[in-house]
Formats: sequence, C-alpha cells, structure tokens
Amino acid sequence: MTQTLTLEPGPEPCLRLRGDWTLGHYRQLRAQRVDSPGDVQRIDAQDLTALDTAGATVLLQLLGAERLRELTPQALGLSAERRALLLAVADAMAKQSNDRPDNRYRFGDGLAQLGRRMLSGWQQLMAFLNFLGLTLVTLLTLLPRPWRWRMTALVAQMHQAGLNAVPIVALLNFLVGAVVAFLGATVLREFGATIYTVDLVAYAFMRELGVLLAAILLAGRTASAFAAQIGSMKVNEELDALKVHGMSAIELLVIPRLLALLITLPVLTFVAMLAGIAGGAVVSVLTLDISLARYLAIVQEVPVKHMLLGLSKAPFFAVLIALIGCLEGFKVAGSAQSLGERTTSAVVQSIFVVILVDAIAALFFMEMGW
Amino acid sequence: MTSSEAIIKVRGLCNQFGNNIVHQDLNLDVYRGEIIGVVGGSGTGKSVLLRSIVGLMTPAAGQINLFGQDMLTLPATERAELEMRIGVLFQKGALFSSLTVLENISLPLIEHAGLTRHEANEIARVKIALTGLAANAANLYPSDLSGGMVKRASLARALALDPDILFLDEPTAGLDPIGAAAFDQLLITLRDAFNLTVFLVTHDLDTLYTACDRVAVLSQKKVLVADRLDVVANTDDKWIHDYFHGPRGRAASQAADRLKI
Repeated sequence: MTQTLTLEPGPEPCLRLRGDWTLGHYRQLRAQRVDSPGDVQRIDAQDLTALDTAGATVLLQLLGAERLRELTPQALGLSAERRALLLAVADAMAKQSNDRPDNRYRFGDGLAQLGRRMLSGWQQLMAFLNFLGLTLVTLLTLLPRPWRWRMTALVAQMHQAGLNAVPIVALLNFLVGAVVAFLGATVLREFGATIYTVDLVAYAFMRELGVLLAAILLAGRTASAFAAQIGSMKVNEELDALKVHGMSAIELLVIPRLLALLITLPVLTFVAMLAGIAGGAVVSVLTLDISLARYLAIVQEVPVKHMLLGLSKAPFFAVLIALIGCLEGFKVAGSAQSLGERTTSAVVQSIFVVILVDAIAALFFMEMGW
Repeated sequence: MTSSEAIIKVRGLCNQFGNNIVHQDLNLDVYRGEIIGVVGGSGTGKSVLLRSIVGLMTPAAGQINLFGQDMLTLPATERAELEMRIGVLFQKGALFSSLTVLENISLPLIEHAGLTRHEANEIARVKIALTGLAANAANLYPSDLSGGMVKRASLARALALDPDILFLDEPTAGLDPIGAAAFDQLLITLRDAFNLTVFLVTHDLDTLYTACDRVAVLSQKKVLVADRLDVVANTDDKWIHDYFHGPRGRAASQAADRLKI
C-alpha cells in the first residue's frame, strides 16, 4: 500500500492518512502536500497501517504542534498507542522553548574571528608570563626552605625526562652529524676543501644543532608528557584535591619538572654535541680519508666559546619547554578531548618557541661578534 | 500494556573473566512493553548482562534470544538489522564528543535510514523535544551539557531509530533527586508513547518503585528472582532483605506509597 495523504473537502475538511507512516518512507511522506492544511478539522486514520516518530514529524510539520494536539484526541480509527505517540510528540514540541540560536554567518565574521585569534594569542602570552612569575616566586620561597624540596620527585623526573632520553638524543644527533658531514663533503669537494667538513660539523653542533635538536626532542617527548600528566590529574580533579588539602600544585608538580629539565637539558645538549661530532667523525674517516687523530686535532682547535654559546641556550629552552608543557596541562578543561588538544598544543608551542628563541639568539650572538 | 510474549529470552548464560565466574546458568525473560529493573550488588554482573544481551560481549556459553531470534548464531547482516531495533543509553552517555547534540542524534538516521542531513535533523529535533531538552541545546557540544542534559541527549540518540527495546545502564546515577524523578517520569511517558520495552540496570531504589513493572535481582551468579516489586521485596534472601528493607529501601517505599495516594 502506498503512503498517501488526502484532504477531503466539505464542511469539515478531513485529513485521510493511508499506509505506513514510518521512517522508511520518510522522504515519500515529506513530499506530500495538501492545499490549505490550516482548514483541517478532522483526522481520519482508519487506513493507517504503521506510525512512528518520523510519521508523527511529518504530520507535525504539516499541521503545527498546537493544531495536532487539538485534532489528535478526536481522530478517527487511531489506536491508543498511536494516539499516545502523536500526543507525546505534539506536547513535547509545543512545550519546548522556541529560542532557536541564530547561527547564520554574517558579514564581518571573518574579521571578528581574526580579532578573537589576536586576543587569544595575547591572552596566552599573558597567561604564560603569569605562570612564569608564579613559578619563579614559588621557587624563591622554596630556596631557603630545603625541607620542602621534593628530591624524590625531582630525581624521578630527571630519570624520565633526562636519562631515558639519552639513547634517542644520541642516536638522532649521530645521524644528523653524519648527514651534515656528507652535505659538507659534497659542497666542499668542488673547492678542494673537504678538510673543512670537520669544522662545519664541529661548529654546527657546538653552536646550534646540538642544543636545538636536544631541545626539539625534549619538546616532543617531555612537554607532551608534562601536559598529559598534569592534564589527566586535572580531569580526575586531583589538582582540586591538592588545593583543598592546602598543597600547592606549582610546588609539587611544576617545580620538580622545571628543575629536572634545567639540570638535564644542558647535559643532554652536551651528549648531543658529542654524538653529532662522532657522527661526523665516522663519515670523515670512512669516506673522506681523514684520520681520526687529524679529525680530533681539528675539533680541538675550535675555540671553546662556541660550545659555551651553545650550552648557554639550554637553560632557557629548558624553562620554556617545562613551563609550556605544565601550563598546557593546567589548561585542560574536563574532557579527554581537551586533554588531547592541549597535549598537541604543548608540543607545537614548545617547538615553535624553541626555534624562535634560537633564531633570535643567533642574531644576537652574531651582532655581538661572539 | 505488557504481554506474555518474551521479547528478550536469556537461557543458560555463562560469563567469566579468567577464573572469575560472573554468570553461571543465568535465565531471564523480559516481556514486551514492560520496564524491568535489574538490581544487584556491585560486581554481580549487571552491566555484563546488559553488554551480553546487546552484543557487546560474547558470552562463554548460553543462548540469547531477541525478538525470537538467537543472536549468537544469527548471520552478521541479519544480526545488524535486529540491532537497529534496540537502543542503548550508556552510563556516561557516550555522546560523540566531536558532534553537536543534533548531529549525534542525526547520525544513526543518516547512516541507517538513508535520510539526508536536512531530513534527519527534522526528526532529530522532535526527539530532542521528546526527551525534554530545550531547542537551543541542539547545537551544543557534549562538553557544554550538564549531567542531566547528557542523559537526555543520549536517550534521544538511543531513540533515534524508534527502537523496540531500550537498554539503560544506571540512567539516574549522578543526577540530583529532582532530575532523577523527572527522568523516571520521562521513561514512563516514552514507554507509553512508543510501546517500548525497557531493560533498566539501576541502583536507584526510587526508580525501582516509581518506574519498574518488574524487578530482577542478580545474585549468586544468576537471576535469583524476577517478579513484581512487592513479591521480590518479600523474597527470603538476606541480600534482598537488606536491600529493600534497609533504611534507604524503606524510605523509597514510603515515598512511592505517598505518590500513589
């Protein structure tokens, strides 16, 4: 039987429903039109074989909630169940508050969005500076109180963020060192100056690459871990529990992580420099016919200030990575999705900041003639 | 409205995790049109029973019949068709967090009923109204909803395809008493309107007294008794006695009596 709807004219226009008024026929039902549905005085459902919410929705759209509510009780041939369904739908729609939100797009929304982005960037910077200040103040108040130093937490974080990262940092820098050496060899061979490959690798890793690669790895590995650890504590209301018990989350969670990175990143940087130079050495010895003794002699001639310049950046990167990781963790808002977003954001932000600061430092060192 | 036709029939169900036997030779009938409340202490496998019936868990042994068909031996396609006739409200709502409330409800309509997004949204708006949510809740994301709204929104999603059986896992847990009472009423209204069969796992004594036609007690790895509440409450078993005649049980029973007067 086809699903139809007819309006029988007369002194009391009657809406006659036929067939299955169900979800499966929704499209067909929606296409039905009658002239002037407002005049309908009665509903005849004697030939109605099935009805569900979808069918009720069609009727609702045709007649409106109020009208459907008035007509349903006197409808012909409507079983008690179907009557209850129609009434429930009509009641619910009539009672529902009708303040539909206006979500159309207007001219200037793009500009507003840009403004919001700028504002949010500014607020993020302010939040970071606030957090930095808070952490430094907490650190200063802790300095004269050694009995409140969290040595266990500090050592645990150093283990996780520092010691466990040594193999990956060393391997990565070794490989990049070899790549830089190959690159140098390829370019410098044309000038007959392959011997300068050694200087290239040594200078690059001492001044820039060692600290940069170590910091980027730490940003990916540790900033995300910090954000996830603190964020999951936030989701679990553990941070609130700390606060209620009169303990400072900064003191317990942030300071050990910050100090752990401050101690381990310079060490990791040194490891990175050694591994990079070792990578260069392998390539030089195996493909450039430079003996190991000669290689080491050239490396030793590099002024030590370059290594110190490289190492001097490590503490700054450590502070940035630790604080961004922790702050993003604190920004987590209740849901697992937010935790994921914040963890991603911690990695992106800390890598961005590390590279930005490194670029500024390079400019500064160059202008200073260091 | 209840009939004698068993719409869910569980026979000889066995479930175990490692050496921990949760169900052993468990039998249960649920009749069309009734609201059955499943109670039991923590760890008696109420949720496991629900998950076994809706097909989220394969039991170690036993038979599960839905609509007269054996769910465990049915070919996957026919089984999927039957599964569209059941709706599940998970304990924490399980709304898809990247979709708005409206999109959450439209999703099964678009996927299974083959409607366009526009058509599905029209029906979804009706479901939203039926579950007592305001129209402007439609465009909110799950993270913006309160606990009660999450339950209503996920109830609306469970009802999206007009199911015959509705499974609810602790629907009133975490709601305030007013919200919980409103939810009980909503359940009765919807049962009457949709001729639903409701399988309700709960700890809430008030829900048992106001909404449930029958109560099944899970204990000693099986369904100890499944009958009308007054019969169950007077069963001779220590746990059942403590449950229904403890201070909370008495309070809920008195409150229910007052409601009837």
